[in-house]
Amino acid sequence: MSARPTTAELKLTAAQLEAIRGHARRSYPDECCGAIFGRLDGEARVVTDLQKLENSWDPVERRRRFLITPQEYMRVEKEADARGLSLLGFYHSHPDAPPRPSEFDREHAWPWFIYPIIGVNGGEPAELRAWQLRADREGYDEVEIHIDDT
Amino acid sequence: MSTQMASAQIRIPTALRQFAGGQATYDVTASTVGQALSQLTAEYPDLGKHLFNDEGQLRSFVNIYYNEEDIRYLDGPDTELRDGGEITIVPSIAGGAIDIQPQATLDADEIMRYSRHLIMPEVAMSGQEKLKAAKVLLIGAGGLGSPLGLYLAAAGVGTIGLVDADEVDTTNLQRQILFGTSDVGVPKIDAAEQRLKDLNPHINLVKHNLRLTSENALEVLKDYDVIVDGTDNFPTRYLVNDACVLLGKPNVYGSIFRFEGQVSVFYAEEGPCYRCLYPEPPPPGLVPSCAEGGVLGVLPGTVGAMQATETIKLILGIGNPLIGRLLRYDALGMEFREFKLRKDPRCPVCGEHPTVTELIDYDEFCGFGGNHVEPDEALTPEWEITASELAAARAAGKRPVVVDVREPHEREIGYIPDSILIPVGEIPARMHELDSAAEIVLYCRTGVRSARALEQLRAAGFGKLKNLVGGIHAWSDEVDPSIPKY
Repeated sequence: MSARPTTAELKLTAAQLEAIRGHARRSYPDECCGAIFGRLDGEARVVTDLQKLENSWDPVERRRRFLITPQEYMRVEKEADARGLSLLGFYHSHPDAPPRPSEFDREHAWPWFIYPIIGVNGGEPAELRAWQLRADREGYDEVEIHIDDT
Repeated sequence: MSTQMASAQIRIPTALRQFAGGQATYDVTASTVGQALSQLTAEYPDLGKHLFNDEGQLRSFVNIYYNEEDIRYLDGPDTELRDGGEITIVPSIAGGAIDIQPQATLDADEIMRYSRHLIMPEVAMSGQEKLKAAKVLLIGAGGLGSPLGLYLAAAGVGTIGLVDADEVDTTNLQRQILFGTSDVGVPKIDAAEQRLKDLNPHINLVKHNLRLTSENALEVLKDYDVIVDGTDNFPTRYLVNDACVLLGKPNVYGSIFRFEGQVSVFYAEEGPCYRCLYPEPPPPGLVPSCAEGGVLGVLPGTVGAMQATETIKLILGIGNPLIGRLLRYDALGMEFREFKLRKDPRCPVCGEHPTVTELIDYDEFCGFGGNHVEPDEALTPEWEITASELAAARAAGKRPVVVDVREPHEREIGYIPDSILIPVGEIPARMHELDSAAEIVLYCRTGVRSARALEQLRAAGFGKLKNLVGGIHAWSDEVDPSIPKY
C-alpha cells in the first residue's frame, strides 16, 4: 500500500447522485463528464456541488472516450479557488461497460483526484464506483462512496 | 539566440501539489520553459513521473501554458522565458471505457436463439455481442466442466476452450452430464465438442488435449479472457492460479467434496488470489479426491452452474461478482454461507513484493502427487501378493489373516470372504487386535489405502505383511467376478 494516506471516502448527497445519474442517462450512448467541487474533511471528501462539463472528444469516439479541455480545467480550478473550495475530482460515465477504470483511464489519470465512474447499461444508469490513482500510477485504490440521504 | 536566464513562476495544479510539498507555486530561474520544468522535476521527482513518460516526453494530456499561451503554439519546451512570466501546468482530463472488443454481430438465427437474453435490458444486444466476443477457457471437462460447458454454450459465449486429457469412464456418468453411455472410452474433449456444438452450433470450440503444466500453461491461457477452474487436484489449482495472476486474468474458482462446494472469483487486479486464501497446499493424502471421498452427483451441477453465472456476469459487467468473497454451499443442510476474503499484501504471487514471478514445479509444491494418495516409497515385491496368489494359498490350506481396510459402506458392496474389517483410519488405534506373529494380507479397493496401512503396521513392528496388489478390483478380475467392482 502507498505511504501516503489515501482518501477513504467520498460523501455525496442523494440529490447529487441523482444529478450524476441524470447526466449519464441523457448523454447515453456518449460518455458524460463533470467536475466535482467540495471540501476535505480528514480522510473524507465532502461534495458541495457538481458541474456538468462538455465532452470535447471528437463526436465519433464519444461513446468510449471523454475529454475536458485545458481551458475548461483552468476555468473550474479558478472557480474552486475563488469560491474557497477544492476541486475534488471528475466524474464520467461508461456506456455499456463496467464502472471500473480502463487502461486508457489509468494512462491519463491524475493522482489526488477522485474519479467516480457510473455504468450505463442500455441507457439506464447503473452502479457508481469511485477510484483514485495510486501515486506510483500502477493502479487504483477504490474509494468508498457514502450517500447522505438528508 | 539569447540564452539569458529569467525568472518565472510555475503554477502547480491541485492534483500534483502533494508531490511538491503542498505548494501551489514554484519559483525558478531558467532560460527556457523546458529548463524550468527540469528544475522542478529534479527537486520533486515524484511529480516528474506524472508529467513525463518513460521517454522523457510530456504526457499527452499534460498542457504547458506560458503566459496564457499553450507552448505547442510557441516553441514548445524551447520557448524562451522573459522575466516575471508564469508557466502553468494544466491537465486535460481524459479517460474512457474499457477498450471494447471488436463488435461481434448477431445473425437472425442467433437473435431468435438468444431472444430471452435480448429482451432483458441488463443483457440486450450489446451484452449478447460481448458474450459472442468473449473467450472462456474451461480447465477440466468433468463434474464442474459439464454444467459449465453446457450453460456457457447455451448463453452464446463465442469461444469456449476445453482442457482435459482424459477419456469418459463409466464412473463419470453419475455426475458428468455432458457425456452419455455411448461416449465411454471416447476422449472427453471430443465427446464434449459434439454435445456442445449440437446445443449451439454458433460457438467456436477449441480443444486442448493436454495436461496443463508449467511449460505450457501461460501459452494455453494467454488468449482467453476468463479462466474457469474446474480441476480436481491441487497442483493444477495452484498452477492455474499463478498463471492467471501472472497474465492478469480472472480465475472463476469452484471446488466440490462430498456434499459441500465452494465458489469464488480470484482476480488479482481487484482482489485476492487463490494463494491469499490457501497459501499452502494440504499435506498429500489429507484431502481425498472424488474417487476416494465420493461426491453427491448433483453437487458439481450446482457449483458449476454458479461458476457459469459468475463467468457470464464478468463478461457482461453486471451484478456483483464474487471477487473478494467465498461462497460455501452445504447441500445437505441446504445452506449458503459467505466469507469475506482479503488480498494478502504478503502473498508471494499477487502481493506487494511478489517472490513467485514465474510458474514453478507444482507437484513438488504440493508434496509430490498433490492429493493422489501414494505411499512415500513404492512397496517392493516381498511386501506384495496378487489376488491369484492369495486364492492359491488359501486353496493350499494356508490361513493368512486378511484385513479389509475400507469403510463399512464399501464393505456392503462386496468383500473377500473370511476377512475382517478395520478401516484404514482406525489402524493405529486397533492394531493391537492383530497378531504380529501371524501372516497378514491387507486389501482395499485398488491397493492404495492398504499400502498406507501396511506402512503403518510395518513402522509399528509387524513383519509378516503383504499388500493385495490391485485390491478387491483385482480379486474380482482374477478370482471371483461375482464380487462387484466400483
